[in-house]
Parts: sequence; C-alpha cells; structure tokens
Amino acid sequence: MTSTTLLFLVIGLGLVAWFFGRLKAASLQSRGPNSRSVLHSLPNYHGWYVALWAIVPAAIFMTVWSFVSPALITDAALTSPAAAQLPTDGFARAAILSEARAIAYGNQVNAFNPLSQSMVEPYREAIAYYQMIGAIAALLMVFACGAYAWLRIKPDLRARTKIERVTMLLLLLASLIAIITTVGIFLSLVFETARFFSMVSPIDFLFGTEWNPKAVAGPRGETGFGAIPLFWGTVFIGAIIAMIVAIPLGLMSAIYLTQYAPAKFRSWMKPILEVLAGVPTVVYGYFAALTVAPALRDFAVSIGISNASSESALAAGVVMGIMIIPFVSSMADDSIAAVPSAMRDGSLAMGATQSETIKKVLIPAALPGVVGGVLLAVSRAIGETMIVVMAAGLAANMTANPFSSVTTVTTQIVQLLTGDQEFDSPKTLAAFALGLVLFIVTLLLNLIALRVVKKYREAYE
Amino acid sequence: MNSLTDTSRRPTDWQGAEMQKRIAGRYAAERRFKAMGIVAIALSAGFLAFLLVVMVGNGFRGFAQTELPVVIDFPAVTSGASPSQFEGPNAEANLQVMGLRDIVDSSIEIQYGQDGTDLFSPGGWTAVSAEILNDPDIVERKATVYLPVVSEIDVAYKDEGTAGAEEQVRRLGDQLSTGFNWNFLSNSDATDPMQVGIWGAFKGSLITMIVTLMLAFPVGVLAALYLEEYAPKNRLTDLIEVSINNLAAVPSIIFGLLGLAVFLNFFGMPRSGALVGGLTLALMTMPVIVISGRNAVKSVPPSIREAALGIGASPLQVVFHHVLPLALPGILTGTIIGMARALGETAPLLMIGMRAFIATPPSGITDPATVLPVQIFLWSDEVDRGFVEKTSAAIIVLLLFLLVMNALAIYLRNRFETRW
Repeated sequence: MTSTTLLFLVIGLGLVAWFFGRLKAASLQSRGPNSRSVLHSLPNYHGWYVALWAIVPAAIFMTVWSFVSPALITDAALTSPAAAQLPTDGFARAAILSEARAIAYGNQVNAFNPLSQSMVEPYREAIAYYQMIGAIAALLMVFACGAYAWLRIKPDLRARTKIERVTMLLLLLASLIAIITTVGIFLSLVFETARFFSMVSPIDFLFGTEWNPKAVAGPRGETGFGAIPLFWGTVFIGAIIAMIVAIPLGLMSAIYLTQYAPAKFRSWMKPILEVLAGVPTVVYGYFAALTVAPALRDFAVSIGISNASSESALAAGVVMGIMIIPFVSSMADDSIAAVPSAMRDGSLAMGATQSETIKKVLIPAALPGVVGGVLLAVSRAIGETMIVVMAAGLAANMTANPFSSVTTVTTQIVQLLTGDQEFDSPKTLAAFALGLVLFIVTLLLNLIALRVVKKYREAYE
Repeated sequence: MNSLTDTSRRPTDWQGAEMQKRIAGRYAAERRFKAMGIVAIALSAGFLAFLLVVMVGNGFRGFAQTELPVVIDFPAVTSGASPSQFEGPNAEANLQVMGLRDIVDSSIEIQYGQDGTDLFSPGGWTAVSAEILNDPDIVERKATVYLPVVSEIDVAYKDEGTAGAEEQVRRLGDQLSTGFNWNFLSNSDATDPMQVGIWGAFKGSLITMIVTLMLAFPVGVLAALYLEEYAPKNRLTDLIEVSINNLAAVPSIIFGLLGLAVFLNFFGMPRSGALVGGLTLALMTMPVIVISGRNAVKSVPPSIREAALGIGASPLQVVFHHVLPLALPGILTGTIIGMARALGETAPLLMIGMRAFIATPPSGITDPATVLPVQIFLWSDEVDRGFVEKTSAAIIVLLLFLLVMNALAIYLRNRFETRW
C-alpha cells in the first residue's frame, strides 16, 4: 500500500469517525432537553473532536515513519544474502544501494551495475514489509484514538472549546510560516555565502573590480569574483536610468491625475497606468530585447556612437523605468492626497495658481512620501531580473556610457545558476552571496522607505 | 499697528503693463505645467499601447502557418489499408506500423520533385496521422492534405525572409496558403518552430498555479484572520507583521534561491517539477494574500462582530460564521491578483530548473514541467527567426490569461464588495 493511498484511507476513516461522533452526540441530545444530559457543544463539534483524534495522531505517526523507515529498510536489505557481495568501500557501496533503491521504488528502470540488480529484490521485500507495518500501525492508531475519543463523548464534554483551541493553534501556525520563510531565506543565503567566503575572501568579493568567475583560481590566485562592476551595473540601470524615466513620468502623471484631471478621466486612466505594473516582466524583457534595444542602437549609430552595443544599459533601464512608473505614481498619489487640504486651500486663496500651489506647497509637503515611494521603486528595480537578463547583457563593464553593455547582480545570479550546478564550486555559491547582498540592500531600502513614509504621515495626523 | 494701513507702498497696479505681463507669464507657466502632466500620461499610456501593438502585431502571425497542398493517393501508397484499421483502440498502433512518414514523403516527392521534402516542416506529416484518426475513410480515396512548410519559407511568406526562401516563395506562388496553426495550441516545445506549441507550458502553468493556490490561499487567509482578529499585541505579532511586509518586498529571484537551497538541496524534492515551482510561488504569493486579506477583514464593521458575540457566539464562531463570509470577496480579489502575479513570474522558476527543454506535457506535480513565462523566455533565446512570432503569440496567450484573471478580480470586487 503506497503512502498516498494510506493517506486517503486515513482521511476517509476520519470522515467516518466524524460521522460516528456526531451520531453519538446527536443521540445524547435527542434524549430531551429536560433530562440532565444537555450537550455542552453542538453535535458537529463532537464529530470534529472524534475526527481529529482519529486523524492527527496517525498523521504524526506517518510523518515520523516516513523519516525513520528508509534507514530500517536499508538495514533490512543489508541483512539479505545478496548484500554479502557488496564492496566494502563506502562510496561504491552507497552508489549501488541508491541505485537499487531507485529501481525498487520504480523511479528507475534499469541498473547500470549488475550488483544493484541483485539488491533490488531484497529492497523490494524490505519496502513491502515496512510499508505493511507502517500501514497497519497507522490504521490501528486511527481506530484506537478514534475509539478513545468516541468513548469520551458525554454531554458535558467541552468539545467546542477543544476544537477551538486546535483551530487557534492552526491560525497561529499559518502566521508563523511568514517568519519561517524569512528565517529560511536568511539562513539559506547566509549558510551558502559563508561557504563561498571560505573559498573567496569577502574583501575580494565586495571590493574587487574584475568580474570573470571561474571555477578554479587563476595563476596568481585571482578568482575573478570582484562584484563592484555588478553593483555599478545594477545601480546604473535600476537606480539611475530607470529612475530618470520613472520619476518625471510617474510624478507628473500622479500630479495631473490628482490635481487637474476630471474624475471620469482619472477613473479610466489610473487602471490603465496600473496595467503597466501588471505586465509580466518577461514580456518587458522581450520587448526591450526585440524592439527597444535595436532601435536605440540604430539611434546611437546615427548620432555617431560607433561602439553601441545591441544589449545596452539604456534599453534595459528605459523599459524598467516604464515598468516602475505606476509604483512611483501611486506612491506620489497617496502622499499628495495626504497633504491637508487646508494647506492647498490656503495657497490658492492667497492667489497662487494651481501649478504654483503644487510646486511650492504640495510637493514640498509631500516630499518625504515621494522620496519613500522612489526608494521603494528603486528597491523594486534593482531586484528585477527578467528585463536585465534579456536586455542588459553579460559583459561586466564599469562604464557610464548608457549605450554600452553592463551586467547586473540579478543577471549574474541567473547566469551562475544555469547549466551544471555543483554545490561545492565557488561559481554556484557566488550566486548566493550576490543574493544575500541583494536581499540586504532591498531590505534596508524598504525599511528606510517605510520609516520615512510613516514619520511623514504622523506629521500631519 | 498701523503697518496694515501703511500707505507708503503704493497699491499694486493690476491693470499696468508690467503686472499684466507677470500674470500672463504665470498663466503660461500654469499651462506649461498642465501640458507636462498630459505629456507624462500620454507617454506612459503610449508606451503601454506601443508594447501591446508590437506584441499583437508580431504574435498574430504566430497563430497562422503557411501550408502547401499535398495530394496523397492513399489506396495506391498504403496498398489497400481499410478504414476499420484506424478505428478503435488499435488505431494509433496501426498508424505506427504503416510508416506514414515515408508515405507522405513519397507523395511529396511525386508532386514537388526530388527535393520536395525540403519544402516541408520535418514534423509536418503528423498532421496527416491526425487527419486519418479523425476521419478513417480518407484512406480509401485520393485526398489533398495541407502540410506546414519549413520555417524559413513560412517566415519569408509572411514577412521578409532569407533570399533563398524568398525565391522559393516566388516559385511556389499561389500554391502557398495560410491556415490556422492548431499545432500551436496542442503541441509542446520542439526544436522546429513550425511544430512548437504552448500546450505543455500551459499545462505546467496550470498545475503550478493549482499547487500555489492550494498552499497559499489557506495559509494566507488563516494568517490574515489571526493577525486581524486574535493576535495579541506582543513581540511575536510584531515579528510576524514585519516578516510579512518584508516578504512582500523581497525580490522574486531571492525566493528562487530559497527554493533551490531548501526545497531542492535540503529536502531533495524533484527538480524542475511543478511541486517545487508551486511551493516557491506560494511563499511569494502568501504575503500578498495576507495583506489584502487583512484589509478585507478590517473593513467588516465591528457591529457585526458585536451582534454575533451578543447572541452567544464564541470568538471563533464570530469569525468563521460571520466575518470570513463577509470578507471573502475582498480576500478572493486579492488572491486572484496575487495569483496573476505568480502566473507571470519567471525568475524564481529559472532558479529551480524549470527551464529545461520539455517536449511532453507534465502529467503530475513531480514531472519535469515548464510554465508559460519561462517558455517565452526560452523561445526568446532561440536564434531561428521563426521563433519570434511564436514568442509573441505565447505572450498574447499569457496576457489574455492575465487579462481574464484581472477582469474577474474587478468583477468580484464590484459585484460582491459591500461598502459599509
């Protein structure tokens, strides 16, 4: 019996348990309200009480069993006569055993090593044996625990309180997943980065200016893991070019929509602008690589820049800026709307024109919010992957020429993790180190941005 | 005191030429500013329109294929196969035995000369087998089937192609025709652009999204309910809130690194499978669902909770019987928007190996799979020009799905959301 069938069987039995629990509670209830047996909880809760007792212990047992049984199975298979022929060398032995195991589980059809073929049969027997034991034990637990709970159903059993306690625990667990994920991200990045730094010095990585990752160090010990060109490329595309596009367009769009546009126009235009944020980044990347980049290169050639690359920083940056417009504009929108209308009215009443009010009153007052929004947009832009992977190129140049090719942190992460992955090569581990830097920088940007926005909101409340 | 009535400063001469000039200047500045706003909006919307026009313009052709007619004299070439062979369960096996590829090739050579097969897409003959399965009686007569041409001629017929291919197009002239590319909807990835399809990637996306939804939705809703309704004010709650807000802002590629390090390397789950993809995307989508779910729960007025408590409901009954059903439309809207984001996500899936060449659609959550955006990325890397329009066509399909999902979200919001 496979574990999936067993799982469904246990769940099915749980439903049966629910039914019997409910039945017993209902029969207790139907003896009449004037008897002393008024139920504390509704019959449904008794049903759930029995069902949970039936399922949860068995499920816990099955989880534990799935971790314990592989070791037991291997032990049992090794006691078989066929195991006597196995080589004593640990590595070859493990390879044969894992091959035999794969065949026995049906993940692999043929063995390369005849010895593994001889181990398959003992493995199959051991698997069948332990699966049987596991299934019988799980089913026994379902019946025993279910019966125990069923016997405990009495009018004064506080079934609802118990069920609610379990539900609360479930709610708490669901919330804890967020923390677990954050910790998981941090630990996995830190762990792999630590391994990377045991091979490549952190100073070379953070301050080196030559990026040319190799699996083995060169003759003078240089490894080509200097990430400065990557950081520059990321900042150049994400924080400079993209923002030159996104800040004016986003800010002016927000100003026009909140201050000038008729309500009808605004109600149409705002969702249309937000579509820009909803287009998948791979589509932007394709657009940048297929349409924008060749056009910009032709333009560059026509104005006399001969070394223009078809994978230019400008193409990636401009398209990324377009993608970021809605972020800037919605943050600007919010912070302008949060400026007390008394300030605006006061300015207008003094005879300032609308644009003077916007430029001299609203924007200065909303500036912290706008800055916060821009910081969030930058953090979004530097973490963006597909546009730069498809349009920015791989050459790690330190150049301020927007028509040349630069590379970014995210591009290199994708590049390093493509193809063969060996988890002890510094090339693969470097991706995690880059990821950690990216994680920390975006985290800091977000924290600063949120603090700025919050502080400024408080100023007007 | 008398500074207000100080008459040493002459009253402003509003009608004077200097003042009029200043006012005109200020109004001109006002108009310029307003025009800048309009230009900004026009540019932003123009970019969007340009993007869509380019994609639709390119992708439209991806749904069409260029075909040439081939007359196959079935009774002669199959030496008397009967329609009954191609009915029932043995049909496909009988087709395999028949050696259809050679039959088609010989028919092509009769009609288009010795090098005729070079005109046709190498996998094109499968269209004939589909035709036979569809209508077995065809093997009793002489039939004309339309088969896709090779990619170069296809490109040349639709648009500018290589010189050689353009020459072929001129030579074939009126024989070339355009048909709807059904292969594109039913096939999976292939090396020949005439034979590629999005069905495999679409199915992969579907399975991945189901895994994501099954994991992210319950967890997200339960977490939102806990944080909004029960969470005590303590450090743990603060920590949960900080992590959720933080996760919502973490770049998606970091989730890919997490999936690679934890799910693949630590737990040893199958690479490239929809299971790991779904898990990774679920972690990414969950914060979105929690945040929108909390807003939806918050907007349910307290009077409802008080009324339920007043007639004796327990705190959990209040939430699960009253607050949750009322907040559900809002939660669903947020969920659909989060799922739409996950559907368009590429980078984390590249990290966990969903970028392999997958020619058969996945049939389970552990089979190697790819998803629509990754398929787009893979095709965009192909050198063959025939892939350009296929990539754009796949983008159209992806955008259509996103449009449908977002429209559904807007509909739900307008239809069910109550303003209290």
